[in-house]
Amino acid sequence: MANIAWPPASKRGLIGKSISRIDGPEKASGRAKYTYDQNPASLLVAKMLTSPYAHAKITALDTSAAERMPGVRAVYVFNGVGKEVNWEGHEIVAVAADTEELAEDAVRRIRVEYQQLPYFVDDADLAQAAKDGRARQLGAETSGDPSTGFQQAEVTSEGDYGIPVITHCCLESHGSVAQWQGDKLNVWISTQNVSGSAGEYAQSPELNVPASNVNVDCQVMGGGFGSKFGVDTWGLAAAALAKKAGRPVKLMLERKEELLMAGSRPSLRGKIRVGAKRDGTLVAWDSDSWGTGGMSVVGIHGLLPYIFRGIPNRGSRYTAVRTNTGPARAWRAPNHPQACFLTMAALDDLAAKLGMDPLDFFVKNLPLAGERAALYQEELQKAAELMDWKAKWHPRGDKAPGPTKRGVGLSIHTWGGLGHDSYCRTTIHPDGSVEVATGSQDLGTGTRTVINIVAAETLGLPLDGVRVEIGDNKYPPDGASGGSTTVGGVSSSTRVSATNALNELLAKVAPGLGTTPDKLEAVGGKVQVIGDPSKAISWKKACARLGTTPIVAMGQRNMSLISSGVGGAQMAEVSVDVETGVVRMEKMVAVQDCGLIIDVKTAMSQVYGACIMGTCYALHEEKIMDQQTGTCLNPNMEFYKLSGLDDVGDIVVHMMTDSAIESRGVIGLGEPPVISPGAAIANAVANAIGVRVPDLPMTPGRVLDALGKGEKA
Amino acid sequence: MADRDKPNHPTDPGREPDAKAELGEKSGKGFSRRQFIKGSGLAVGAGVLANEGLLKAAGIEVAPGVSGPGVVPVRLKINGREHSLRLQPRVTLLDALRNHLDLTGAKKVCDRATCGACTVILDGRPVYACTVLAIEAQGHAIETIEGIAPAHKLHPVSQSFVDNDAQQCGFCTSGFVMAVKSYLDHHPHPTYDEAKAALNGNLCRCGTYMGIRRAVLEAATKEKGGRV
Repeated sequence: MANIAWPPASKRGLIGKSISRIDGPEKASGRAKYTYDQNPASLLVAKMLTSPYAHAKITALDTSAAERMPGVRAVYVFNGVGKEVNWEGHEIVAVAADTEELAEDAVRRIRVEYQQLPYFVDDADLAQAAKDGRARQLGAETSGDPSTGFQQAEVTSEGDYGIPVITHCCLESHGSVAQWQGDKLNVWISTQNVSGSAGEYAQSPELNVPASNVNVDCQVMGGGFGSKFGVDTWGLAAAALAKKAGRPVKLMLERKEELLMAGSRPSLRGKIRVGAKRDGTLVAWDSDSWGTGGMSVVGIHGLLPYIFRGIPNRGSRYTAVRTNTGPARAWRAPNHPQACFLTMAALDDLAAKLGMDPLDFFVKNLPLAGERAALYQEELQKAAELMDWKAKWHPRGDKAPGPTKRGVGLSIHTWGGLGHDSYCRTTIHPDGSVEVATGSQDLGTGTRTVINIVAAETLGLPLDGVRVEIGDNKYPPDGASGGSTTVGGVSSSTRVSATNALNELLAKVAPGLGTTPDKLEAVGGKVQVIGDPSKAISWKKACARLGTTPIVAMGQRNMSLISSGVGGAQMAEVSVDVETGVVRMEKMVAVQDCGLIIDVKTAMSQVYGACIMGTCYALHEEKIMDQQTGTCLNPNMEFYKLSGLDDVGDIVVHMMTDSAIESRGVIGLGEPPVISPGAAIANAVANAIGVRVPDLPMTPGRVLDALGKGEKA
Repeated sequence: MADRDKPNHPTDPGREPDAKAELGEKSGKGFSRRQFIKGSGLAVGAGVLANEGLLKAAGIEVAPGVSGPGVVPVRLKINGREHSLRLQPRVTLLDALRNHLDLTGAKKVCDRATCGACTVILDGRPVYACTVLAIEAQGHAIETIEGIAPAHKLHPVSQSFVDNDAQQCGFCTSGFVMAVKSYLDHHPHPTYDEAKAALNGNLCRCGTYMGIRRAVLEAATKEKGGRV
């Protein structure tokens, strides 16, 4: 009988190897069909009219001119007369027409009258927010005695730090294609939640469709990062328009809409005081922080100080500020990058004041970092070796001649993981072919490949001996892909399901081999007596014993195969031109544990990608809001900037993979490596130029401002 | 058609050397992307519509007395095959490919000549298809990702993307593959630094640049032994 436990390293043929993603050829040849690429016959295209104002009441709405246009097939009103719209980009009307161009023309014919209402979009202005009744303290936390702690402190550092609202900027915008066939609804939707979407359609009274009649398809999707869990109002609108028009409808957000309303990461700003003994031992922390998630009250309370929760005397207060901006959504490692930046920047400033190398300072205080202190220490040491930290670090302010200054900085981070609930079905056919099906989704992380590896390894087959079926809600349900929970969910449900199927096969085959199932294993495309290849039959022959009936076996997420909780350490090296203020990430080192790695290649890609995404928010990304007009100044990709291929330096990734770490089982990796880059890069900039750039992103203007203030001081 | 003589993509071999100026802004010097935002493309379109002579000069057949804004006949040579379409003059090359020919490899992402997800090759040079009008593309050889390898086979550049995991969600990948292919066609032996500098006209959100850099060099090495 096969056992569900992960095989030991010596017996792994596929798990833990470096394997190219199995949907790579489809993507790299342009053949992969995304939601945006679905063009069913007689397709209509829908476009939206959204609010130009940050806050307004709709006093009149006339869609008749649009509806009279030849080729306009259906109109859907999100928010009609009397309704309030609460941010620029708030949805008002969608129009479905024969062509994209015609739908755009029709939107322009819609007449809306607005009564503008007071608005507030400048979340940095806490005083004004409080005056407007838009600030609400979500909680206060005290441990020990902060005032005594600061009296004990021999060195204290105080600073203001800020990280702005950024967006998800998925390259495939949010959207769907909806098609009715009688009372059945087929949708292609760019989603992180294939199995959970049908229920949302079923809740719409307008659609009046039971979940059992909704088929959801998402084979490939162009990025989500936490913003694509729901079908959204515009997903329901596409289905409603398709129903009215009697033709399929594609509704994908325009780039501007995507950046305005389809997901943002909350800001975090705060005043932080932190104190230590002269030897560097942290004794006191105090923080007053606030941030905005748009109109919803969200917050990071409980995350400051980040990781160093053991600081004996600490106080922290967090205030949520409501702004008339697009709603917050989970953004890769929700709240952690913000809390990490504020904490690690404040601690790095204190280390500078102490005249300590931050590596020594952080290591010295790791006992305050909780259960993963020893792991952080090991990871920091490994990172230091790969960065050549001791040779590169210098006290703040690179004294080298010329305008280009170099510096290094570091940060550590943590995340949970575990696994979302997941069901998987393995079918072994009498001809030896195998399919493994689960209603999961591959966001580009490599989920499809991981399932293939686990199933093939379990059945002793090559990768192409197993067909993986995901991205469709007709398969057994699998949770939403968020919070680094997918690999834990699908790897364990796949392992259990494939093992169950194999055991049924072994039971059929054992008598013919003159043995019992517990003495058999599947390995190398054969079923054989354990350790005795001479007593074996081929996989194909073994399956032929099934007659005409395939084996179908289910598996569910299994906690014994997965775990939660990782640490990571990152170091950045930057160069800063102090004449222009331009910062360049020259090198990053990322050291990360994530338990047992299924596929080293796609795991490494997660970390490389996170370092680059982190560089983007450290140096470029900011949703810039204008209080004068209440609008966003950069809802486009010219001015909402991402790093280009030549804008990032080298990245060195080291995965921690010893047997103790592997024995923890599988742990997700999407979130953790994206947490530290902002802090590590910001600390490197401070090391290079001698002063703190207090706000991300560190644009040339902000760098020059910080240098100017530093000169005056 | 004078505009087609100017590069609209930073990887275009005809662009001036990139001085990397503008305080770290990504730019192709001497040819601002802002000059090529869709608005200017539409302005060109409007001018063309008003002037039947221009259309004829461009080799576009125009029914007597008809010059838009309704549909006009458009002939496009894509991947070696002629396609006859009827399109409004304002339809971009990208929308013509995606919405009228179901060639969906090229993606619309920024729609403003910034991200490169729509990159196709026009007369051997990479262009942002979102800022080329379909009527402008007539008389030119258009190559899309669907045409660079036979069915069920991979172009060496695509294969290198697979082997080096130069893709995650894959939405930018078609555009990157076309930009890389065009680059290697003109610069078969790039150094690492040259390739990095030349491929700044495409953006990826997942952060696959490390894999792409490796893929470019590997494809360059492989292609020396012969192309698909």
